[in-house]
Amino acid sequence: MKSTLLRALALAPAPRSRLLLVAPRGALAVAFGVGLMATAGYLISRAAERPAVLSLMVAIVAVRFFGMARPIVRYLERLVSHDIALGVLGGARTRFYEGIEPLAPAQLGVYRTGDLLSRMVADVDALQNLHLRGLQPPLVALLAGAVSVGAAVVFEPIAGALLAAGLLVGGLAIPALGRWIAARTARRQAAGRGRLCSELVELIDTAPEIAAYGGERAALARVSEADRALVAIERRDALSAGATDGLGVVITGATVCGVLAVAIAASAAGKLDFVLIAALGLLAMASFEAVIPLPASARELSSTLAAAGRILELTGQEPAVRDPEDPLAAPSWPFAIALEHVRARYPLQPVPAIDDVCLRLDPGERVALVGPSGAGKTTVANLLLRFLDPEQGRVTMAGHDLRSYRQEDVRRAISVAGQESHLFSASIRDNVCLACPDAGDEEVEQALRRARIWESVCRLPEGLSTHVGEQGRELSGGQRQRIVLARALLADSPVLVLDEPTAHLDPGTAAELVRDVFAAVRGQTVLLITHRDEGLDLVDRVVSL
Amino acid sequence: MHSLDPRLLRRTRSARPLLVIDTLLGIGTGLVVLLQAMLLARVVSRAFAHGSLHTLEPDLGLLLFAFALRGALIWGMEVSGRHAARSILSELRLALVSRRLRGQPLATDGTGGAEIAAVAVQGVDALEAYFSRYLPQVVLACVVPLLVVTGVALVDLESALVMLITLPLVPVFMWLIGRYTETRTRERWQALRQLACHFLDVVRGLPTLRSHGRAEDEVATLAAVGERYRRATMQTLRVSFLSGSVLELASTLGVALVAVVAGVRLVDGRLGLQAGLTVLVLAPELYVPFRRLGSEFHASADGLAIAERMLALIDAPASALSGGARLAPSPAKAAIRFERVSYSYPARSASVLDGLDLELLPGETVALVGESGAGKSTVAALLLGLIAPTSGRISVGSVALDSCRIDAWRRHVAWLPQHPALLRGSLADNIWLGDPGASYSAVVEAACLAGAEEFIAALPDGFRTRVGEGGRPLSPGERRRVGLARAFLKDAPLIILDEPTADLDPSSVAIVANAIRKLERNRTVLVIAHRRELVEQVDRTVRLHGGAVIAEPERSAA
Repeated sequence: MKSTLLRALALAPAPRSRLLLVAPRGALAVAFGVGLMATAGYLISRAAERPAVLSLMVAIVAVRFFGMARPIVRYLERLVSHDIALGVLGGARTRFYEGIEPLAPAQLGVYRTGDLLSRMVADVDALQNLHLRGLQPPLVALLAGAVSVGAAVVFEPIAGALLAAGLLVGGLAIPALGRWIAARTARRQAAGRGRLCSELVELIDTAPEIAAYGGERAALARVSEADRALVAIERRDALSAGATDGLGVVITGATVCGVLAVAIAASAAGKLDFVLIAALGLLAMASFEAVIPLPASARELSSTLAAAGRILELTGQEPAVRDPEDPLAAPSWPFAIALEHVRARYPLQPVPAIDDVCLRLDPGERVALVGPSGAGKTTVANLLLRFLDPEQGRVTMAGHDLRSYRQEDVRRAISVAGQESHLFSASIRDNVCLACPDAGDEEVEQALRRARIWESVCRLPEGLSTHVGEQGRELSGGQRQRIVLARALLADSPVLVLDEPTAHLDPGTAAELVRDVFAAVRGQTVLLITHRDEGLDLVDRVVSL
Repeated sequence: MHSLDPRLLRRTRSARPLLVIDTLLGIGTGLVVLLQAMLLARVVSRAFAHGSLHTLEPDLGLLLFAFALRGALIWGMEVSGRHAARSILSELRLALVSRRLRGQPLATDGTGGAEIAAVAVQGVDALEAYFSRYLPQVVLACVVPLLVVTGVALVDLESALVMLITLPLVPVFMWLIGRYTETRTRERWQALRQLACHFLDVVRGLPTLRSHGRAEDEVATLAAVGERYRRATMQTLRVSFLSGSVLELASTLGVALVAVVAGVRLVDGRLGLQAGLTVLVLAPELYVPFRRLGSEFHASADGLAIAERMLALIDAPASALSGGARLAPSPAKAAIRFERVSYSYPARSASVLDGLDLELLPGETVALVGESGAGKSTVAALLLGLIAPTSGRISVGSVALDSCRIDAWRRHVAWLPQHPALLRGSLADNIWLGDPGASYSAVVEAACLAGAEEFIAALPDGFRTRVGEGGRPLSPGERRRVGLARAFLKDAPLIILDEPTADLDPSSVAIVANAIRKLERNRTVLVIAHRRELVEQVDRTVRLHGGAVIAEPERSAA
């Protein structure tokens, strides 16, 4: 837990100069509030003795000062703490990105697909609360509590000790109790929630058949039974889960009464001025403001640390693919590419994705790699890009192991376009230029022409500047594939790998696309990875996996 | 800022009692606050008059009791709020599932089960924060200040006036600052969302960036974009935080003002100590509920978002055929006609079917062919009333389908969908869905007919094998045969088979083709297929293209 906290802090860095400002400002705001109530109590008590008004001036000025200063300090504290949170958000994103960059995509495990990845990104965003809501409140409580207790001790040590005890119970025991209750209820409810979730998912996803076969009533009964069971547990748990705030008030009350009793006894014994009784009582009451946010901050801290733990599990991996110490120079065209008895396995997978695969691509050759889904065709693309290294056997370029080149050189020599290629939420121009950022509009036009999509692009209202939408959703499937192809053509690598370029396309569009692809390449080596028939008549050789 | 969606009040039985309970507990809290202040002032003023600790013990005991009572009231509000959140969400999710099942069995809006489960089950946490923390604060903010001012007025009218002067300033200033920053705050929110989208986009596209050697450039971009956002947002926050500070200022200055005014009048002898202290203790209580309200605001936003999402899903217009009261004739006797039927999915502009004309005569076997996306499965869904045509008319005999009782009509139809569903339960249960009243031997017979008996018999638990989530996984071919057995078990006059032989090996295809041939006698069969084996044995082939029927070849020899 402790090391997770330290590593989480490293993931969510905040400038120390600003960090040092927050807790003192927050504590000052609380202390000013305490000061306001204590001096006001003193002022009223002292005034009841009916002294000359002038003798009350100090107290009056103090009351006004605290009344004015507290909102100002609070405002400054909020500014700096939000500034830190925003800075942390930016920093955490950058560090997360740097962390997963050498791992993507082979080592991202279950996060290789988009949905889970978006959940991981939500975890990264949650790190912004680490300082703001997780770590600052306990620090503020510690500082402000110390000031309050110190002030109480000056007037009456026993009252100070009582206050310290009350604050400790309120600030430590109650948040701990809250966490314990939350963990227990979460455990008890997990099974019920899981069951209801799967009943709901099943019902919604099988609804057409349930409706078609008239099974509505039985299906609804199953869901409502799971619902009833969960609600029964949840209602029972609500009694304990709702108790912490009320308990906090009881602890405050007990402390205030205790402090008052001690102060009254001390003043009856002549050890304390009577006018200080009210001041001490109100001081005790006001100082609990410091511990009120602590149960929430404990919750926040544990959920943020859980998020950090999930992130660290991913980014803590050693990159499996590395550059060699003494790399070979990039080979000069023409060269062959080959897989020699390759076995490859994704991290933590029990079975290899491919085993004993041999494949040779001579310069300028057009080869199709076919096989049913799940046969490891995309793994071949990942191997060629060195996203993954073979467990056994080797991948060679110009006769040398791919591992003896720099990754950059390998990826410059081999381009992949296909179903997994991502279209960024940007303009068509930016998406095509990805491979060579310096390309001018003319080169982009050339690439789009070769991919046979230039005319459709021209028909769009904003032409090259048309935004493709999130994951290219504004375009049709065929258009997306052609843009991806144009990108790969612009990259102008000697080897072009087309990974399922026709997935999700209807047969007519698919055949047309494959025809256009082969018309567009000039002298490059082409590997067409597919599980369909389109284009198999256009290649030199078909290899099945 | 809506405190409570009126629809929630109208729609759920559990929301109204909660409001009543919260109001009662809120009034109780207000009264306890007054009691607490009076007791505290009494203890101090009596101590001031040289009362010993001994004589004050009963008062201190009462004060402790008042604190405990306040704690209990807070507890009561939390527990009732949590209970209400649970009951409300439970009501909403049951309403939602029955709505989905009856009104939108086919998720035409693309909302899948996982998304709905996330809102309907995990959403309870946000809804709970709303009902157990935010809503009570709304009630307290209405009730407590009123009681406090009344209490202070009874003790000392002048102090009450001081409080009343400061209080209205709060909403006025908050409104002014809020208005001033509104657009800019919204812009910042927009920017924040865009930033999050951009980050997700970059992370998703990481393999693509790496494969083009651009991954490292993106680090600097990310850092620069984040920093730019931080600077711009801080500009806005500098002003918008003032709004919270106004409340804070009113609260502390109000207390200071009350204390100073009371102090001066105490010196003059116009006010007693006990009254002065009561007023002082009550002064901060006037503002506390407002401040808490502000800090629980996020809970309110999240909780309301959940409730609104649920209500939106429940209120989404029905996509299924709503039907009427008439009884449709059996397809064994009456022809089914599609006349100029069009259909388009709500979110998409292009129509799937466009003016389709189709006739299925009693006892006829028709093959429906066409490219993927041509609308073949849509025809099946329309026939079952799972969706309603956007325009055009479907009729059985002389009766329009939308004037018929849909549940009664579906009893005439057996259906093998393109992706047959597996329910959690045994294999036998899954086949039984076709006809819950059938005997066990009928289930086995249907499995034989569908070519499923062989693989089921080979399983250690046979027909009792658990399938569905957590059960034995079935291959697509096995799944299809179970779905086929289900359709065969339901002895219906109209059978729709959507790709019955996809994913099947040649021997199974032969079994299934044979079974369909047996079924064809005195039944209407619509086969959606690519395979020649099936297309050859039909009476007629209908080809769909561009949402309508093209060239209909003449009857082929069966």
